[in-house]
Amino acid sequence: MDLYGELILEHYKHPLNKGVLKKPTYSRREANPVCGDVVTIQLLVEKNVVKDVKFEGEGCALSIASASILTDFIKGKTVKEIKSLTDEALVEMLGISVGAVRIKCVLLPLKAIKNALG
Amino acid sequence: MIDTKKDFPIFKNNPNLIYLDNAATTQKPSSVLDAERDFYENHYSNVHRGVYQLSQEATELYENARESIAEFLNASPEEIIFTRNATESINLVANILPVSKNDKIVSTLMNHHSNFVPWQLLSQKTKAKIEYLSLSESAELDVEDFNKLKNATVFAFTHASNATGVITPAKQLIEQAKDAGALTVIDAAQSAPHLPIDVKKLDCDFLALSGHKMLGPTGIGVLYGKKELLQELPPFLTGGDMIREVTIQETTWNDLPYKYEAGTPNISGAIGLAEAVRYLQRIGFDELLAHERDLTSYAHKILPNYVDVYGPAPSKKLGILSFNVQGVHAHDVASILDSKNIAIRSGHHCTQPLLNALGLTSTCRASFYVYNNKREVQSFVDALELSHKTLVK
Repeated sequence: MDLYGELILEHYKHPLNKGVLKKPTYSRREANPVCGDVVTIQLLVEKNVVKDVKFEGEGCALSIASASILTDFIKGKTVKEIKSLTDEALVEMLGISVGAVRIKCVLLPLKAIKNALG
Repeated sequence: MIDTKKDFPIFKNNPNLIYLDNAATTQKPSSVLDAERDFYENHYSNVHRGVYQLSQEATELYENARESIAEFLNASPEEIIFTRNATESINLVANILPVSKNDKIVSTLMNHHSNFVPWQLLSQKTKAKIEYLSLSESAELDVEDFNKLKNATVFAFTHASNATGVITPAKQLIEQAKDAGALTVIDAAQSAPHLPIDVKKLDCDFLALSGHKMLGPTGIGVLYGKKELLQELPPFLTGGDMIREVTIQETTWNDLPYKYEAGTPNISGAIGLAEAVRYLQRIGFDELLAHERDLTSYAHKILPNYVDVYGPAPSKKLGILSFNVQGVHAHDVASILDSKNIAIRSGHHCTQPLLNALGLTSTCRASFYVYNNKREVQSFVDALELSHKTLVK
């Protein structure tokens, strides 16, 4: 059962950066067409650097863990660095091997962040 | 107990597979695969065209398939149109009916998107009114709402829900719609694989089904339409085979059912579907439904108390179990079951209006068919326990 290893379960059960920002620079809501799940990402960007980020939404373990790990990773990174982050790099961070359907759950937060940054 | 697993090569090639996604599509018995192979290897050519021997053989096989389907539905062969699937059948009907702004379309919140969106679009295009029969708490059609059928001109509903397995009172609904003078369109994609269907007894005007959900190949579906309606209505797609005569000034249409079959059809698919129907008839629909209900009742009985099941008791539905494991997302349940070689569906099942009406975004769905057994239901429930243990916070 390689999808639900320690890392994924830890981030799913105790997600980082869950909540809302008071004055976000960018906010983006993204829906997963497969299940109708929705994630909202809020970013505080100063001088092209992500100072803070929060996410909200109900979802499966993969999308929550992905949002938790990804939001933690992008804090302090430049907008350019984040925009160049590939799908493969995110999957590698999660340390899982994921099929064509569930990959959409994993990538949903990244899609929201990239679309938020325009 | 029916034991048919040996008839399905997929289980020989995947001996650990527990396939419980039969409401999405079904596996194929050897007899269906053999029928298609025999056609391609021994009789293949186009239909209704060549005067040579091989083309006559292909035409005969194709038309025999139509006759088998007609007999299966108690229709006449000219009322059986081969399409790609139920979705195309319903879209065909929505495209040929003379609906205008004074009409009233009635649909239901139970309908699959394929029998929901075409009517929504038609209403937007024509400015015809559209109303929906709503659902009761047990996900059945709300009887109180049947009076919405008053003054309806088109009534499109589903014979059995793909999301919950609920069987609708089709005969009663059609009678009420007829009293209002409405044309009736019934989506039988989910019911035809499990229930005997008699279009004369139902007295519906149109009925749609998909071959792949009833042991047949993909890419073949059926539209039944009453002959006197199909004769009067305009064609849908135009092209080869549906033509009588073409001149620069005008074109006239072929006889039924060819008027609605433009282009070279899915010949092998039709032959395969007819063979699938024969397979089901050999088992018998009474036997089949009893087998599925037996499995569903067993599942209901042994499900842990942290599983919420949606829909009515097994006796009022097909062998479909729509549920959620409390505190676990449907996709995670399905992934954990997959790690045990158990295939179920998770998501909205192309029935978002239905799930919204029940206050849900997604559910897990296990659906049983002819090759499933109690041992598999037990493994399925064991895996649900694993998903609960792994993922509940």
